[in-house]
Amino acid sequence: MNQTALSYRYDGTFDGLMCCVFESYMKKELPTEILGPDAVEENLFGAKNILTNEANAQRVLRSIPAKIGHEAYDLVQLAFLTCLPKKELAILSFLRQGYHYGPRIMGFAGNETLYRLTEAVKHLQKEAHLLKGFIRFSIHQNVLIAAIGPKNFVLPFLARHFSERYPDEHLLIYDENHHMALVYRPYESAIIPMDEFRAAPPDKEEAAFRALWRTFYDAIEIKPRHNEKCRQTLMPKRYWKYMTEFAASTECVEITQHSTAFRPHPPVPATGKRRSGPHGL
Amino acid sequence: MELNEKLRILGDAAKYDAACTSSGTDRKGSRGSMGSAHASGICHSFAGDGRCISLLKVLLSNACAYDCAYCVNRRSNDVPRASFTPRELADLTMQFYRRNYIEGLFLSSGVIGTPDNTCEKMIAVLRILREEYRFRGYIHAKAIPGADPILIRHLGLLADRMSVNIEMPSSASLTRLAPNKTKKAILAPMDYMSQRIEENSRDLVRYRHAPKFAPAGQSTQMIIGASPETDYHILKLSEGLYRRYGLKRVFFSAYVPVVPHPLLPGADTPPPLWREHRLYQADWLLRFYGFDADELLDEEHAALHPYLDPKCHWALRHSGLFPLEVNRASHEELLRVPGIGAKSAWRILQARRACPLSWDALEKIGVVMKRAQYFLLCRGKRKPGLETRRNTLLAAMMSERERKRYLLESGEVQQLSLFEQETATFLSARRELESLPLPL
Repeated sequence: MNQTALSYRYDGTFDGLMCCVFESYMKKELPTEILGPDAVEENLFGAKNILTNEANAQRVLRSIPAKIGHEAYDLVQLAFLTCLPKKELAILSFLRQGYHYGPRIMGFAGNETLYRLTEAVKHLQKEAHLLKGFIRFSIHQNVLIAAIGPKNFVLPFLARHFSERYPDEHLLIYDENHHMALVYRPYESAIIPMDEFRAAPPDKEEAAFRALWRTFYDAIEIKPRHNEKCRQTLMPKRYWKYMTEFAASTECVEITQHSTAFRPHPPVPATGKRRSGPHGL
Repeated sequence: MELNEKLRILGDAAKYDAACTSSGTDRKGSRGSMGSAHASGICHSFAGDGRCISLLKVLLSNACAYDCAYCVNRRSNDVPRASFTPRELADLTMQFYRRNYIEGLFLSSGVIGTPDNTCEKMIAVLRILREEYRFRGYIHAKAIPGADPILIRHLGLLADRMSVNIEMPSSASLTRLAPNKTKKAILAPMDYMSQRIEENSRDLVRYRHAPKFAPAGQSTQMIIGASPETDYHILKLSEGLYRRYGLKRVFFSAYVPVVPHPLLPGADTPPPLWREHRLYQADWLLRFYGFDADELLDEEHAALHPYLDPKCHWALRHSGLFPLEVNRASHEELLRVPGIGAKSAWRILQARRACPLSWDALEKIGVVMKRAQYFLLCRGKRKPGLETRRNTLLAAMMSERERKRYLLESGEVQQLSLFEQETATFLSARRELESLPLPL
């Protein structure tokens, strides 16, 4: 096997990474670095450009459940969404070991690569779970809008959750860190690149509900039990800036009684085709 | 009254209810409706006291007809009163839910005139939500003791979880502090609901679309530190409730002095938070680790240990059972090792099928080695370089705060905030630590 310093450069897609795995096996070489499309290379000799080829990617992808098992297949797909540094190399290394040992690899409790990947996936899943709760929607012209700044790429998880929770709403979740947005309208959703997004200031009704929520948030605390450390452990501060209850109080205005009326959705006309769930992912 | 003010009063009045869980129901969304429920529950925020905010937890009304000594809403207490109209509260819930502030509604209420009347008003709120707005999110409703079983049944068919607070851990304390409530009036709805839930689980097997009665089960809550019951008594009671009524949770709420009363701790008494914490730890041991209350405590040792968590304390009192060979120990044995939790015990079982485990592998599995190393053998051997001094071992069993307190007090006991009785507890606990046999 060729062991000189070798870098791959791929297009940043999952298929692209699978093609790197393909290349590594075809050429019997082990890269020491796999760079994304925009990464700066440190290798003197320049990085090898790996072109994404769907057929090759599919070959690798099909081989994973067949040779290492479905559990490994899920792990690799999820690991790709994480913020693990050098996740590409870790995934390649895991797959190489997986092809060697077969499904047994998933039981190797002391394996360093497996450990790093499972920890990263745990982090991803935890962040996705937290954000299902911490996201705050503002309603502008009947569209639910939220911004998030997660470390991991959690939008696919949120897409499934919120399209099911609000099947008849229109929604937009903008991920500031990855510059991607989830858009949903009944009954389809998409995750699209979006460079910038700035929400309009809250209208009167929106501001009123923010004020109500803050009132509730402040009222529910048992003051003699105040425990700042506990709160910050369970709800890290990096989430706070997106949350209504911590927004500057100037955004909150007085509430008027009539604005709280909730209008139920008109009944959905019966369609010929029955589907199990509202999410068309 | 303005809505903001109502929400402030009725949210404030409901905050002493510990439960804010939204777990236990898995319900997918559906077109033409709003909402879904997640089996594990979702926390939407955390209040300044570190407690999860998952549900819009409010009272429908705090104009209560009862006069329970421990309660902030007692009739004779001079606080502002407010009531939501059913429509108002249903609208507020939907608006909060739509903005993802909450996972659903936790509806409780002071007794508005009679229990039946209160129940009817609560049903009105839930009916607007479920039937008119087609709300599929989570609803936790309180059963009002003394209400007609037909009304309780109706509530249960609309809610996900039901609960009725047992309030005081013994009927003597209840009579003393809550003259309008009796043990019978509290246990009757609990018993009724557990029967409906069981009946419903059988019906659902036979008829897939049978209406669901409180699919997330029922829970209860008791106040800790307002009455003289011991930890042993409380644990025995919880165990009995889990076994007899199949409760999902028993919540403990450290008593926060809210109203001066000759029979209650004074206003400057801090809430007994460490005791509440210990009770929850013991509660977990009952529910997930296969312990019995009688194994943890007995009549003579009726208080949970102030320095050690109940599991470490149990393990040190049974040093003879350890060390265990981690590659051979059964699931039940692994669960009783300090530092091994329910998850890591299961992972050990999975992982040792592939190959015998090493110390390194145990650490990667998620075992807390700081504690577990004293109780385990790996491939027949102790952990290399194991520190065996008594104080090192004891310190490893304690959390940082407990360790600080232990070190602070070694030599002389001086913590001004403690009562005399508690100081005695700490002293005897310290003496016990010095004489416990070690698993070495």
